[in-house]
Amino acid sequence: MKQKFARSALWGVLAAIAVSSTANAANYDLSVDYVTIDTGEMKTTGIGYNGSSPGPTLRLKEGEEAVIKVTNNLDEATSIHWHGLILPYQMDGVPEISFPGIAPGETFTYRIPVSQSGTYWFHSHSGFQEPDGAYGSIIIEPKKREPFKFDREYVVVLKDKHPHSGARILRNLKMMPDYYNRNQRTLGDFISDVSENGFGATLSERGDWGSMRMMPTDIEDVQGFVGLINGKSPEQNWTGLFKANERVRLRFINASAMTYFDVRIPGLEMTVVQADGNNVQPVKVDEFRISVAETYDVIVQPTADKPYAIMAESMGRSGYAFGSLSPQEGLKAEMPARRMDAPLLTMADMGMDHGNMPGMDHSSMSSGNENSMAGMDHSNMAGMDHSQMAMSKDDPFYAAGSGLTPKAANGGKFLSYADLKAQKPLYPERPATREIELRLTGNMERYTWSINGVKYEDAEPIRLKYGERVRFKFVNETMMSHPMHLHGMWSILDTGNGKWDPVKHTININPGMTVYSETEVDEPGQWAFHCHLSYHMASGMFRKVIVEGGPAVAALENGVQ
Amino acid sequence: MKTLTLAAIGGGVLATILSFSFTAKADNHIFYGIQMEQFEYRSGDEDENLFVWDGDAFVGTDELKLRWQGEGERDLKNDLYENFENRLVLQTPISDFFDAKAGIRLDTPSTTDRWYGTVGIMGLAPQWFEVDADLFVSETGDGSARLDVEYEGLLTNRLILTPSLELNAAFSEDREIEVGRGFSSAEIGLRLSYDLIDRAVAPYIGVAYERKLGKTADFAKDDGEDYEATYLVTGLRLLF
Repeated sequence: MKQKFARSALWGVLAAIAVSSTANAANYDLSVDYVTIDTGEMKTTGIGYNGSSPGPTLRLKEGEEAVIKVTNNLDEATSIHWHGLILPYQMDGVPEISFPGIAPGETFTYRIPVSQSGTYWFHSHSGFQEPDGAYGSIIIEPKKREPFKFDREYVVVLKDKHPHSGARILRNLKMMPDYYNRNQRTLGDFISDVSENGFGATLSERGDWGSMRMMPTDIEDVQGFVGLINGKSPEQNWTGLFKANERVRLRFINASAMTYFDVRIPGLEMTVVQADGNNVQPVKVDEFRISVAETYDVIVQPTADKPYAIMAESMGRSGYAFGSLSPQEGLKAEMPARRMDAPLLTMADMGMDHGNMPGMDHSSMSSGNENSMAGMDHSNMAGMDHSQMAMSKDDPFYAAGSGLTPKAANGGKFLSYADLKAQKPLYPERPATREIELRLTGNMERYTWSINGVKYEDAEPIRLKYGERVRFKFVNETMMSHPMHLHGMWSILDTGNGKWDPVKHTININPGMTVYSETEVDEPGQWAFHCHLSYHMASGMFRKVIVEGGPAVAALENGVQ
Repeated sequence: MKTLTLAAIGGGVLATILSFSFTAKADNHIFYGIQMEQFEYRSGDEDENLFVWDGDAFVGTDELKLRWQGEGERDLKNDLYENFENRLVLQTPISDFFDAKAGIRLDTPSTTDRWYGTVGIMGLAPQWFEVDADLFVSETGDGSARLDVEYEGLLTNRLILTPSLELNAAFSEDREIEVGRGFSSAEIGLRLSYDLIDRAVAPYIGVAYERKLGKTADFAKDDGEDYEATYLVTGLRLLF
């Protein structure tokens, strides 16, 4: 009797240990609330988490099971997508694809086995809640030591906060696609072009664009926003404190609805150590462009005891975000002069210049100089004639002659996708089993966006097989850049570096360009795959991906039991 | 009786738009919009005062829209409608930049009413000309056509100079409404607007010149009416 009791007690204890150790669960709570967003200039009602927008930074640990209880306090359905996290598809948070969504008043419990580390973010995948404020950041602490050191860290979340609600913005764009474009060319521009290039040339140039019914100024669909850093407008000046000589890790996240930002910290060199949560071989840059939904971790080491500006100008130069790194509270950095010369698209961006188009071979381009770019000592470069440098090293991820090719404000190094190399390959290298072409298509005048000319509502899902490695060929046939985000599985960006190709969750494809990425299809279920520009996604540049089969089926097919 | 008809049409349009807007809440693929290109007071060179509007509203998807197009001229001095026109059309894309549309039109000026069936196209022509071209067949079997062309010239990104042209032609004479065969009337306008609140409210000033042509002009002359008029206009361009 006694023995029996002892035995069962022992089993009980063992079971309890087993449960707690396998679960290793960490609990987090998020409420989804209507909040007031105050940028100083405007107060709007939006959506946030735990009572504020942006929501909190979730600090998860690699190896734990994150149990996240999400309570919907809205009077509409909601959802949370964990952007970049590898997880069971039912936990991915896309209504109609992963799960039914979270009804008003309901609590949904996400269970995420955390198997990665790095900087990520979360946002609503319902309606326009994300542009309206429903976003937050995620830091996942790694199990192992990271290959770089830092003394302190900050999350730097960029956002294009607009006075109009997302639903209204899309309706306005459908009524009038240039509703928010206040950078169009005017009579004044015509006159100055005439005086520069002559009447005939100017007229024929205007005629070329007019016959296509496209605008070279069509870079930012939605202007009129205030750029926010961690929820703070330039005026409200988000400030991160540091002590001189400390190494500060900045985890940049672009949580914008529509806006790419060019980020720089004048006076500081930035060492890029992570892209989309994955470690990359360190690259020293003066400036980088962050597409919507991407993340970049950089390390800076301010040596002087003075404030430094974090300046993030939008790609089309219609807006900016600003904050300070400061040795003490209340000390605001001096804002660098904004570059007001808005870029103009060129015929190369229209895909008109076929010499440098799709067929371009990235691999041959950079396979020879494996380390020459990342390892380049760029302190020596300051003295170089950079007009020459720009000529010889145009970013291969922009069409040759593109009006969008970025240049660093100080004439120094601007990060390119070509610079990104994985620190440690996540997957062994192997040839792709097949290629899927995705033409990014749209009609700006109708504000319809699609893939292969078909909108989401009319499209068949993309079917992948578990265990295959698929190569996506993105052909951008539109005049805008598109950040394509595949849920649930990594996108290995083809930069021509073989097994060192960086692993990302969001791949930007510039106008007139063809870009390849490969995906090891290692997660069963169904997933979303879309352009992360909110209004492109809502207008149809979206696909459902179905992964057929699973570990068991794949094992059987391979003759393994 | 006329007021009743008008109320019925107005109510019908409103009800349709509202019902679509309510469904729009559930389905984010349905959009709507209301626009007044002209909403203006006209003072003529011979002491005429008119209130004039030209607008449209739509509700629907990328593929199919229901559109109301309306225009009218109210003679403020004589208290009558020189023109009062409402159209209800269904519209669908036929090319990258053009839609085809078909529907009905009802004219209820103070003189004689007319029903029409209509087909047309509207869209954006090369070099940014906004074009609306329509054919009409009236209840009396008379055919007519109309071309509307507009161009927005950006002096700055908010100060916009808009030349416009409307040209009407009839394929047969309809004496009752005083339209003769051939080109029947033309109106050209030039308006300078300023986008005051987004694109929603843009006050403007401008000039408009209206002229009856050919036989139609002769009919007007026979009746001792003016066949041409020049106006100074002040108004608002609205977009919601």
